Amino acid sequence: MSLENAIAKSISSGSDRRRLARRKRLDALFARTGFLVTLTVLSVLLALIGQLAVEGAGRLSWQFLTSYPSRFAAQAGILSAWIGTILVMLLTALVAVPLGLGAAVYLEEYAPKNKLTTLIDINIANLAGVPSIVYGLMALALFVYEFRLGQSFLTAGLTLALLVLPMTIIAAREAIRAVPPQIREAAYALGATKWQTVRHHVLPCSMGGIMTGLILALSRAVGETAPLITVGALSFIAFLPHPPWQAEAPFISFQWMFDPFTVMPIQMFNWVSRPQEDFHVNAAAAGLVLLLMTLAMNALAIAVRARYRKRIRW
Amino acid sequence: MSTTTTPPTALKAESKDLSFFYGDVQALKTISLGLPDRHATALIGPSGCGKTTYLRCLNRMHDLYPGNRYEGELLLYPERINLVASEIDPIEIRMRIGMVFQRPNPFPKSIYENVAYGLRIRGGMKRTDLDHAVERALRDAALWPEVRDRLNDQAFNLSGGQQQRLCIARALATRPEILLFDEPTSALDPTATARIEELVNDLKQKVTIVIVTHNMQQAARVSDYTAFMYEGRLIECDRTDRIFTNPSNKLTEAYVTGRFG
Repeated sequence: MSLENAIAKSISSGSDRRRLARRKRLDALFARTGFLVTLTVLSVLLALIGQLAVEGAGRLSWQFLTSYPSRFAAQAGILSAWIGTILVMLLTALVAVPLGLGAAVYLEEYAPKNKLTTLIDINIANLAGVPSIVYGLMALALFVYEFRLGQSFLTAGLTLALLVLPMTIIAAREAIRAVPPQIREAAYALGATKWQTVRHHVLPCSMGGIMTGLILALSRAVGETAPLITVGALSFIAFLPHPPWQAEAPFISFQWMFDPFTVMPIQMFNWVSRPQEDFHVNAAAAGLVLLLMTLAMNALAIAVRARYRKRIRW
Repeated sequence: MSTTTTPPTALKAESKDLSFFYGDVQALKTISLGLPDRHATALIGPSGCGKTTYLRCLNRMHDLYPGNRYEGELLLYPERINLVASEIDPIEIRMRIGMVFQRPNPFPKSIYENVAYGLRIRGGMKRTDLDHAVERALRDAALWPEVRDRLNDQAFNLSGGQQQRLCIARALATRPEILLFDEPTSALDPTATARIEELVNDLKQKVTIVIVTHNMQQAARVSDYTAFMYEGRLIECDRTDRIFTNPSNKLTEAYVTGRFG
């Protein structure tokens, strides 16, 4: 808090100086408090990750990644779980992208601003806050019993798609709203239709934000357990789903969508709830893999954002 | 109130008692104004007088936002179409009336794609015809010599003045009958401004021009007719030289001599 420099010296009055010194002290105090708070939060997080790593890292091996679950902890692995997670995420994205994007474009660009759309706005925001288990119950009634899709990959993908849809729509709408109105007006002024304006300008300009929102929503969904248990995930699957191809025409097969599924968090949940200590180590190792999957998805989101940012400048 | 002298030349467009509302707020009050064919008309007046609002009626830009309403007539000659009638599709109007905005707003695409865009969205054009149209528009906008070797460069790599001329080329490519300029030089330096003004002077041989400007010297330099607006009303419209040397309205005189605004 030195007041030795030339400008400070020009503040002649003693009370002015004291007040300045007090303001600067307060500023420094806040900076230090903020630093400590940040440090606390970070260290708790690091401790959690560290514990997971210490416990599970020793169990991570090729065998662990390529084995099915087993009664013997040392022989058990997460092959069906990580393949299941990837397939469920794929289905979730395939369903959530067109629905989320379509809804966001309609609500932002086409929908008239009236009471009905305001009601829809509020409902989407509320849906984003509905507990995931409620989605699970609804999916059980609708997809499993009503549509008879079974306790399958398809059901799991659709359930998680419903779960991430509100977040996807909100993120996509934010991204669309961030497109400068001058770009829209430039297109309209040339006689473009609404769809041409959206297709040629609004979507390319907002795609970075839309994809980022989607990937972050998916990385939340990758850890979801409750709704998938509700729709009937199995925790012991010792086989892989059908391959997505077949020998005879049409050569692609959708049989795998109707196979029973499991995902990483469910495998972990199952192992943690067993009494034997060895299975807890397995759970920690699986947790580590799940964490890496989430981090990879977040890294992808950052990369996508950076790529689109580079292409677009205003 | 308004002492409008009808210009002696043929009109390209004419508003008759045109009023405009942003929701409940009336921004234009019964404006009757003729826009002479293949001449430049400048709209001047203090901020908030409605000159940009009037300009944006001509290509129905206001339709993009909810709650806006027109009253009266805005006729496009020779067909006498009422531009602000609700049964007239704004897209068809904008295909005939181009616009250049306050800040250069090129698309984040190549120079070529920017100029070609208006023609591309209409469809049905061969690549060679498109190439010719792009070159012609860039020549008309006095930009061709500077960009002929880098048509595939990003438009954002151009300077501000070049970007604005690119936007003019983009608007010219579709051969509009009227070209609207909304304070086109307010974001540009004096050199770039001079080039745009020169361009407007050339263009008015071929296309009807309406230019909004807050700069009275600019209105004097580029326009044949000047309309002075104040608080949503048209106060006076006359030949530019007369508005600036011998206006018939006291308010106009006070404004052009810099006593308010």
